[in-house]
Amino acid sequence: MTFADKRFAVGDHVHVLDLGKPGHVRIPMYIRHHTGRVVQYCGKYLNPEDLSVGRTEGPAVDLYRVVFAQSDLWSDDPVAPNDMLVIEIYDHWLERA
Amino acid sequence: MAHDHADHHDALIVEDDEGNLEGQIVIDALRDVLIEKGLLTAQEVTAEIAKLEAPGIHQGAKIVAKAWTDPDYKRRLLEDGKSCIQEIGIAVGEARIIVVENTEAVHNLITCTLCSCYPRSILGQPPSWYISKAYRARTVREPRAVLKEFGTELGENVDVIVHDSNADMRYLVLPQAPADVTDLSTEDLEALVTRDHLVGVTR
Repeated sequence: MTFADKRFAVGDHVHVLDLGKPGHVRIPMYIRHHTGRVVQYCGKYLNPEDLSVGRTEGPAVDLYRVVFAQSDLWSDDPVAPNDMLVIEIYDHWLERA
Repeated sequence: MAHDHADHHDALIVEDDEGNLEGQIVIDALRDVLIEKGLLTAQEVTAEIAKLEAPGIHQGAKIVAKAWTDPDYKRRLLEDGKSCIQEIGIAVGEARIIVVENTEAVHNLITCTLCSCYPRSILGQPPSWYISKAYRARTVREPRAVLKEFGTELGENVDVIVHDSNADMRYLVLPQAPADVTDLSTEDLEALVTRDHLVGVTR
């Protein structure tokens, strides 16, 4: 998998958008509005938001694995300083941080 | 464990006084209709159930034991899980398998906050606690507390990385090899690997 024509590269800082879409979205609430760092490009996949309503023709969208600091996600909790969380985010839910 | 408290998650099986399962009644009726209309045969249903039940922890153990004893395989497995797992004769139905390695300094934990995504084609069906709302919600928010309930108490010198399988990837944890890995047979090594290691609730 290469990053040749991708919006983001490994190491890029990205911000998770809150698109407010109804239906079968795969971006959980707890990760929205947080800033993380791209650790892997996963390839292109059919968008589950389309698939859930029977649209199987695409387009396929880029999927990234993004790492977040637990201390940022749960800033009110006593969290070990170096603990992390990695989650998959589709391209259209990301903007450059 | 908190997972054992029935009021913490939805009951997985609801039976009436006669022992009827509501879900089973619906499935049986649907199956009968599909067979009657010629869209499905009883043999196809049985074959599909057999396919669902065939994978299991033994396949995960085979992958881990191979990685423990073959450094080149391990390196490639961490880069491209799916093709390396298929290479040793295990059919993989998932789009991609991400293998994450535990080290002295890092412990990995797998969860699926949105539902119950799990590498089913390799490990079979997930345990009921993996599907519970308590596990799904708590693993991302307080992973160390959840790990402790599974008997895995980690010191400050070990960082926890939680992997939420929220989309198309599926995950396997590669646990640390035992100190006497070179003295043990493949069978002995495979016997050391449990489902809980592969999900990361034990270390």
